[in-house]
Amino acid sequence: MDEIAVLGVGMHPWGKWGRNFTEYGVAAARDALADAAVDYADVGFVCGAVTVRCGYPGYVAGSTFARALGFTGAQLASSYSACASGTTALQVARGQILSGACDVALVVGADTTPKGFLAPNAGHRPDDLDWLRFHLVGATNPVYFGLHARRRMDLYGATTDDFALVKVKNSRHGAHNPKARFTKEYGLDDVRNSPVVSDPLRLLDICATSDGGAALVVSSMEWARDHGHADPVRVAGISTVSPTYPDPVIDLPYLAADSLAGGTAATVGFKESIGARAYTEAGLGPDDVDVAEVYDLSSAMELDWYEQLGFCGAGEAERLLREGATSIGGRLPVNPSGGLGAFGEAVPAQAIAQVCELVWQLRGTAGARQVEAARVGITVNQGLFGHGSAVIVRR
Amino acid sequence: MGRTRVPAVEGLFTTDGEPRLIGGRVPGTESYFFPKHLGGADPRVGPVELEEVLLSRRGRVWSYTTSHYPPPPPFVVTTEPYEPITIAAVELEVEKMVVLGQCVAGVTPEDLEVGMEMELTTDTLYSDDDRDYLVWKWRPVAAAEPGD
Repeated sequence: MDEIAVLGVGMHPWGKWGRNFTEYGVAAARDALADAAVDYADVGFVCGAVTVRCGYPGYVAGSTFARALGFTGAQLASSYSACASGTTALQVARGQILSGACDVALVVGADTTPKGFLAPNAGHRPDDLDWLRFHLVGATNPVYFGLHARRRMDLYGATTDDFALVKVKNSRHGAHNPKARFTKEYGLDDVRNSPVVSDPLRLLDICATSDGGAALVVSSMEWARDHGHADPVRVAGISTVSPTYPDPVIDLPYLAADSLAGGTAATVGFKESIGARAYTEAGLGPDDVDVAEVYDLSSAMELDWYEQLGFCGAGEAERLLREGATSIGGRLPVNPSGGLGAFGEAVPAQAIAQVCELVWQLRGTAGARQVEAARVGITVNQGLFGHGSAVIVRR
Repeated sequence: MGRTRVPAVEGLFTTDGEPRLIGGRVPGTESYFFPKHLGGADPRVGPVELEEVLLSRRGRVWSYTTSHYPPPPPFVVTTEPYEPITIAAVELEVEKMVVLGQCVAGVTPEDLEVGMEMELTTDTLYSDDDRDYLVWKWRPVAAAEPGD
């Protein structure tokens, strides 16, 4: 796959203020433009990652951000694919650039989230699985995280302390991140003593919902070279694959998984296939990865990703964690940003924020949370309705 | 007295006798879906109309969890204070398909383990002045009462 250059990255800090999401997105966009030293007039395409919680301006996020920055006649698009929205926005921008439709694109995602659980749209909507799972089962997002965590305990003998150690590690990382919402360092007892949300997971195992905004300025490699970016971080692979039928693992927001009565499961599971596609595009493999930002919607989910991204074999993630391999200073640091545990999730901004962190890491400008000599990084995330994504960046 | 018992959502399960989930199947295959009208990621389905099938009543626990905090609407909280609910994902015996459901009241995570045999039943999800709205729930087979 041809590469594109990341010229600039920007983030509004994560928090919980309830202000207009546009404000966060615009702040992030201006930071990214300044970081790229790109004149906004040179942006030929603006792609917004959609929020479904902020009314019509959220649905047309590309237009909303572009208007707030000033309408210049740039082409617009908005992208919604649940938690993968930021990545699909980047993917659309890559397509525009590689097709020659534009030289420089701006990708922006931002959200303002209500307190408490994310919930479906209002009304009586029995044809919507997202509505049915709440109405009939009370299956919030943490319920699915709890099911997978319990499964991990049963299959591999993971313990609740293993999960808690993920939180402890990520809070240690996040303490050094000025963009993070939660910068307190937690100990094992803090997690152990927090209330149960969805057994076996406790409050500190589960990510909060946050306000935040993140942005990328990307361009063709040629434009980057011609405009003083001799050695930019490049996007080497993007994956937004669907599951492959039959997928026997139940996931958000379904009431049932696929049936295996008629045959065996696909040879590569859904979560594994997300990373696999990105590796293939980049011509790289797990052994090439120096740093990763993975979607720790729950602490236990981070352990699943170690295996699903090929960092270790099935059932070996707890060992990797306990050895310190995935801490900063280890051989493959995971979530040096502090991850979702330190940020909370701002859905349309989150996948973009993961890329921002990797760009800082690959540039060597991540300060106290710098991963040494990082040349290749991968992000991975997962959302509702079969959405998931991964991005590989390299330098 | 004289209360009407109706499914909280029509077309997902039967309520006469032993309750069953109403699923869909690609005719001539063992490709099952639930719910019938919202299931189906099988690329072979194409223009074929799914046939309606009643799914097996028993299966084994794939995993389980709880909701210790009251879920937001459209979940209807019926107890004050809220009582945590236990939720099981059960792999159906015949269809080899994992189906989510609440467990009957009184079942806690301590009562469950992966692989345990479970059985489908119905229970009241919520009520109004003259109706009980029903949903399917899972209960351990060992706890099932004869003739219930």
